[in-house]
Amino acid sequence: MAKKGDVVIQIEKCKGCEVCISACPHEVLAMSEEVNSKGYHYAVKVNSACTGCANCAVVCPDAVITVYREK
Amino acid sequence: MIMAENLKNPENLVYEKTKVLTDRVLHYCPGCGHGTAHRMLAEAIDDLGIQEETIGVAPVGCSVLAYYYFDVDMTEAAHGRAPAVATGIKRVMPEKYVFTYQGDGDLAAIGTAETIHACNRGENILIVFVNNGIYGMTGGQMAPTTLENMKSTTSPRGRDVKTMGAPLKITELIAQLPGTYYVARHSVHTPANARKTKRALKKALEYQKEEKGTCFIEVVSNCPSNWKMTPVESNKWMEENMFPFYPLGDIKVPQ
Repeated sequence: MAKKGDVVIQIEKCKGCEVCISACPHEVLAMSEEVNSKGYHYAVKVNSACTGCANCAVVCPDAVITVYREK
Repeated sequence: MIMAENLKNPENLVYEKTKVLTDRVLHYCPGCGHGTAHRMLAEAIDDLGIQEETIGVAPVGCSVLAYYYFDVDMTEAAHGRAPAVATGIKRVMPEKYVFTYQGDGDLAAIGTAETIHACNRGENILIVFVNNGIYGMTGGQMAPTTLENMKSTTSPRGRDVKTMGAPLKITELIAQLPGTYYVARHSVHTPANARKTKRALKKALEYQKEEKGTCFIEVVSNCPSNWKMTPVESNKWMEENMFPFYPLGDIKVPQ
């Protein structure tokens, strides 16, 4: 079974470009309904299928995603 | 979900922003490839452990403020002159790792002479060339690299090759010069491509240590604001239109 992973998103730095969403192989991320203080919708985790592959963090232009994976 | 919460501790960390980038919020538009290109270069510097020995030269263009984002010694060059400034720095401090970070308007238009001559002399520097086929900062004017029939504010009916010339493949031009050692073209729009870019940048910095000559890495990138698309659309457009003309891969590899 795939290892479990998790992501932490700095919502205040997110600009809502959605590049992470298409990079995620497990459809873990989506855009928020709410906006951050700059008015951008931000990436949020919508399920627990994350495997900690870090694809989202690698393509995030603003480096807002930190990734964890079980050892 | 309880398990997921437990994961967030330092021993499970697999990816975080490199310390070679500062914590400043990037001024780039949402989805712009500059941010990822910055980070791949910063990670390459981090992996090699050369943060204290690296000196960067920032260009004029969207990435003019690159010195705010890289936590290495940096200077700013006049428009297009980054390779000349880098030449000076490298010659005075040959033990340092010196890179320039330039866009297509800076490197392929006003800086053509400096770029070509620095590469022809085989200066031991790394040139990172981010090509999005347009002048981003000034509002989307046609650049030398703008594709045929591509619309910009100064080619509103599309670039007409008869009157405006064909798009310039400066990377292929550079690759023919005897001074260049490693020339490659990559992109940063998907995880796989971003990782390839990082590997290429790392290799280029290693060659610099061995004093092999100029290394030139082009990063084909997007400009969602001036292409007037969403970031995801612009990446798709780039794959469909930019890559056929600017194919990715190694152009000149060490023999």
